[in-house]
Amino acid sequence: MVHETLAATNAVVTLDVAIPDVFWGWYVTMNMWAKSIGTGLVFMLFLLLRRNPEEMKGLRLSAMIVSFIMMNIFLLFTLADLHQPFRMWHIFFYPHWTSAITVGAWMASIFVALESLMIVVMLFKKDTVTYDKLLFWTTILAIPVTLYTAGIMAEATARELWQMPTEAAQMILAATLSGSAAIILLGGSKLSDDTKDFFGTILGLSALMAFIIYMSEYIFGAMKAEEVAAILHYVKGDGEYATMFWIGQWVAYILPMLLVALARVSKSSAILNLAAILAIVGLWVVKHVWLIIPQLLPLS
Amino acid sequence: MQLGFLVDLHLCMGCKGCEIACKVENEVPLSTWRLRVKYVDVGTYPETKRTFTPLRCNHCENAPCERICPVSALHYIENGIVNIDKERCIGCAGCVMACPYGAIYIDPETQTADKCTYCAHRIASSMMPACVVACPVEANIFGDLDDPTSNISRYIQDNRDVQVRKPEKGTNPHHYYVGASQVNLNPLASEREEGYNLFNNITKLPLGGHH
Ligand code: SF4
Ligand code: SF4
Repeated sequence: MVHETLAATNAVVTLDVAIPDVFWGWYVTMNMWAKSIGTGLVFMLFLLLRRNPEEMKGLRLSAMIVSFIMMNIFLLFTLADLHQPFRMWHIFFYPHWTSAITVGAWMASIFVALESLMIVVMLFKKDTVTYDKLLFWTTILAIPVTLYTAGIMAEATARELWQMPTEAAQMILAATLSGSAAIILLGGSKLSDDTKDFFGTILGLSALMAFIIYMSEYIFGAMKAEEVAAILHYVKGDGEYATMFWIGQWVAYILPMLLVALARVSKSSAILNLAAILAIVGLWVVKHVWLIIPQLLPLS
Repeated sequence: MQLGFLVDLHLCMGCKGCEIACKVENEVPLSTWRLRVKYVDVGTYPETKRTFTPLRCNHCENAPCERICPVSALHYIENGIVNIDKERCIGCAGCVMACPYGAIYIDPETQTADKCTYCAHRIASSMMPACVVACPVEANIFGDLDDPTSNISRYIQDNRDVQVRKPEKGTNPHHYYVGASQVNLNPLASEREEGYNLFNNITKLPLGGHH
């Protein structure tokens, strides 16, 4: 309705200093990206344990260390993004449980503690039985740790673009996409061709599903909500983020899908590795665009 | 008690007295606003007019900012005001992302979130909010919505066109407008064209972190 009246009313804002700044910038992109890899690796380790436990041998420690590092990058950027980082402890001493930020901070902390324990267990005791038992609980916890950022986005009432359950699906797919990519790269020759194919399939399917969801929002999102339509203008036509949006979609999803298929046909690990690298790099771009564009819309 | 605001836009003449009074009362730093008056020019020359809309926190009944705040820095007080404890705030900007009205800013001096509190400190001393006192035409009507005999309740009873901003967000604002049109209340009903703003090149104080 409003759009149609614009031409008739010719209404132009002549004085309003809205708050247009991007408050959640690339630090938050780093946060989401690193967390996807961190939790995604745990999911993949769990699948590997169920499928081919003997192939876990060289990966228990290395993959867990990489996941741990990614989780710490995630925590570091979360902290750095606060305007009062030295008050982070307030979350633990004055928790407000309706906030997905609080719930997430607690769960992520427990998750990282569990990961530390698993690394200690492997490093000093080489106790694979305890490690594998802990992996089960860490994997269970990895689900809400992956999802809680979608909860924060859902609680960001001002940003119409971020809807539940779409964001929840995208968070899980980001984890399976980047987790499978990371384990393909880390596993290298330690993984059999069959296992690589398996993780390649996860990579390809995650890319496909995430791409379908983005395209659904891109094409149909504008048809029901005026604000979503206005936000999507930033990634359509000559919109400010249109080029970056498509670079992200190609690098994170379209190319990896094609390369996974090609790797299967040609039985080439190099092509699969390339797909994995592109998926990890592209995911950052995709997440960044989706994070920024709703913040460009004036709210007043 | 549920305190609320109503702005009669028939009366508002865009003098920005409320905006300045608020700045002074609450020591709102340069480049940030708790309350601001938005101007939208409507029509085509020579049939043009300028509309004025004072914008402040709506003290929502179902406030997304309060819900998302991880440390309860944003909290309700017994008179219905959504207040902020700046000592508690960790500066995550969750509230900035959640408030559908752009009512919250990060104070560049304290690096914490801040917004209109309906002058909670003045109310505690039985005074009216600074903006109400400053308004030369009494366009700001403030009072207890739970009391049917209060000025604001009677205003709501007597006027048919009482509206709130973005009702579809389900926030149930305790801040009303009389005499508003889409142009006043809906940011998508007007254009923001380069070069049309009366203020250009606003100096912004730097915020912490990477901002
Ligand atoms: S208007 Fe914004 S800041 Fe004020 S109570 Fe509502 S959500 Fe919170
Ligand atoms: S910036 Fe401060 S007031 Fe806003 S949600 Fe974060 S902790 Fe709460």
